Amino acid sequence: MQPRPVSRRGFLAAAAGLLGGAGLLPLVTKVSSAAGATATPGQPHTAPAGPPGYPPAAPPPLGHGGNTTVGEIDVKRMGYDPVAFLTSFERGRTSRLANGRVLREFQVVAFDKEIEIAPGLFFPAWTFNGTVPGSTLRCQAGERVRVKFINAGSHPHTMHFHGVHTAEMDGVPGVGPGEILPGKSFVYEFDAEPFGLHQYHCHTLPLKRHIHKGLYGAFIIDPPQGRPRARELVMVMNAFDTNFDGENEVYAVNSVAFHYMRHPIKVRRHELVRIYLVNMTEFDPINSIHIHGNFFHVYRTGTRLQTSEFTDTIMLCQAERAILEVRFPYNGRYMFHAHQTEFTELGWMGFFEVTDDGI
Amino acid sequence: MVSERTSVVAAGRAAASSRTRLWLYGLLPLLLLALFVVFFLRFGPLGVFRAAFPPVEELTITRVALRPGHFDVYVTNGGPSPVTIAQVLVDDAYWNFTIHPAPTIPRLGRATITIPYPWVEGETHGITLLSSSGITFVHTVEVAAESPQPTAQFLLTFTLLGVYVGIIPVFLGVLWFPFLRRLARRWVHFFLSLTAGLLVFLGVDALAEALESAGHVPAAFQGTALVAVGFLASSLALIAAGRLARGRVSSSRLLVAYLIAIGIGLHNLGEGLAIGAAYNLGKLALGTFLVIGFMLHNTTEGLGIVAPVAREGAALRDLVGLGLVAGAPTIAGAWLGGFTYSPVLATLFLALGAGAIFQVVYEVLKLMIADAAQEVATLINVLGFALGLLIMYLTGLFVAV
Repeated sequence: MQPRPVSRRGFLAAAAGLLGGAGLLPLVTKVSSAAGATATPGQPHTAPAGPPGYPPAAPPPLGHGGNTTVGEIDVKRMGYDPVAFLTSFERGRTSRLANGRVLREFQVVAFDKEIEIAPGLFFPAWTFNGTVPGSTLRCQAGERVRVKFINAGSHPHTMHFHGVHTAEMDGVPGVGPGEILPGKSFVYEFDAEPFGLHQYHCHTLPLKRHIHKGLYGAFIIDPPQGRPRARELVMVMNAFDTNFDGENEVYAVNSVAFHYMRHPIKVRRHELVRIYLVNMTEFDPINSIHIHGNFFHVYRTGTRLQTSEFTDTIMLCQAERAILEVRFPYNGRYMFHAHQTEFTELGWMGFFEVTDDGI
Repeated sequence: MVSERTSVVAAGRAAASSRTRLWLYGLLPLLLLALFVVFFLRFGPLGVFRAAFPPVEELTITRVALRPGHFDVYVTNGGPSPVTIAQVLVDDAYWNFTIHPAPTIPRLGRATITIPYPWVEGETHGITLLSSSGITFVHTVEVAAESPQPTAQFLLTFTLLGVYVGIIPVFLGVLWFPFLRRLARRWVHFFLSLTAGLLVFLGVDALAEALESAGHVPAAFQGTALVAVGFLASSLALIAAGRLARGRVSSSRLLVAYLIAIGIGLHNLGEGLAIGAAYNLGKLALGTFLVIGFMLHNTTEGLGIVAPVAREGAALRDLVGLGLVAGAPTIAGAWLGGFTYSPVLATLFLALGAGAIFQVVYEVLKLMIADAAQEVATLINVLGFALGLLIMYLTGLFVAV
């Protein structure tokens, strides 16, 4: 708030404060002790009943008081379940080309859809294949990739892949086919190179809006020899500016605030867990991940098979990505979240649940 | 004879039929309007406004009460369409909450949101409500302090405040009465002019406060129109009250004194509201000099009340009555503002006060005109008026340091 000159009323208010404070000192003391009591750490927090019309609120997560959303999203209505999304990979349809190479064909349809990004909070998204993030497209290095893109949305869109390809296949306005108008389609075709973790997104201008409205997804090119067997999870760090003021109201991985707090990600003790982490956060230049009680190996952009770092926190710029590999040695719940606490409190926080059987 | 009677009957009949017609003409537009509304509700607007406009959501946070361990947020939907509260943030963090009676608030409906939160005494907290479509409604608790509950202790606090800021200054001013009694007529007129100046200043101030407060009123309650209604209603009510009392009060001077007392009383009611609301809104600051400034600023009100009766005198009973009428409403206002602050009420009372004060200025001028043998706009009177404005302005400056 801007300081403003004291008005007659403001002055009255000040006088009220003085008189009240001076006249009733014992009362004021009582008030501060009451306020202090509520802030005492370790005090058990009781779970309030949910508001009418909402399912009862889950008990507040340990140690974070009431910092959570209230209610539960409707995954059926939205046709999108953040838990299922973690392990969903779209591998397309394969066939052999005359020269013996594998041809992998995908179909991606862009259309407008309202999505639920926190219980009861709806966002008018633009989607690839009806979800935000869009389907995780997965292929192997050296394959020929064909993506049939159909624009069934209300605005011109493109698919811009991060990877090596010709200029016409870059999916930007003014080059090659340029913007694909509503009702039109185009086939993007290129060789899957280099192996690693990439992404695709719409590159229509204004770019900020086309990305933050939801037009992005992970794009995995597996190395020819594959990677060690692991429990693989896709995490796209994203955020939503629901009131269009250029600042995000919701931060999450895979779109729904605090979803993995309510539905912890199940993993088995000692098993190799591989996280495909992509940062598609709009408006904030960086995002990060921190996993509690464990350290992970980092493969930046996934383009090398040797780890470059062993840490528990990494930072990614917009559009940067990394593969993380971790084994949890102990059972229990381990929190993971952005270590920008602002993002954490706005939804980017979850749990791993480590057990002997991983279910 | 017969024809005469016939004509009388005919005349009566004609009168009756013309009366029927009068009613018919008076009611016809209303009947048609009702039919049209029914038609509209039944068949809709026939595609005129049914375009895919996004909903216009307007929600006003009318008040945030701080209780031990939680906030109570009172909201009113002043917009054209229902608003559903999806989530709540405190200090940019999603927070647990409950909402009553329901998350969806209909047009002109109200709801209370309870947020368990370890707020920190003396610090600033921001509360954001997110609607289902992602629109945000923001309120800042500038200085967190527990909101008063109608307990004996807070009742006493507000009563004391009312006494300090309303009753004591007014009675101090009334003590100028013996001084005024001993003055010559033209000096009494000087003080009456000074009173008019004070009142004009107070009226402008009250009007400005009313208009500012109108900005916080939910749109559907039409803050600015509310100010106009309140302003005119109180001036008209004072005119009517003056008419009714004219026969009963022993002198027209005493009547004017009472009218001034009522006007200032209404103004003080608004002041009391502001004081109570300040507690409620957590806008508290401290400073002894402010109370002193307050005394200087408001003691002149008492002078204004007794100036009209200076020349003919008044019974002690009347002097006490005048002081109470002017000062006591501050206490009522403080209670009202402290326990059930609402921007709509605050706006209305401030406007009532402003209207009353301008009406009273008019009464004072009338009194002087009736009283003066010669021209009212004498140099002394003009100086008095200017001095009245100046006193208020200068004591206001002292307060705004």
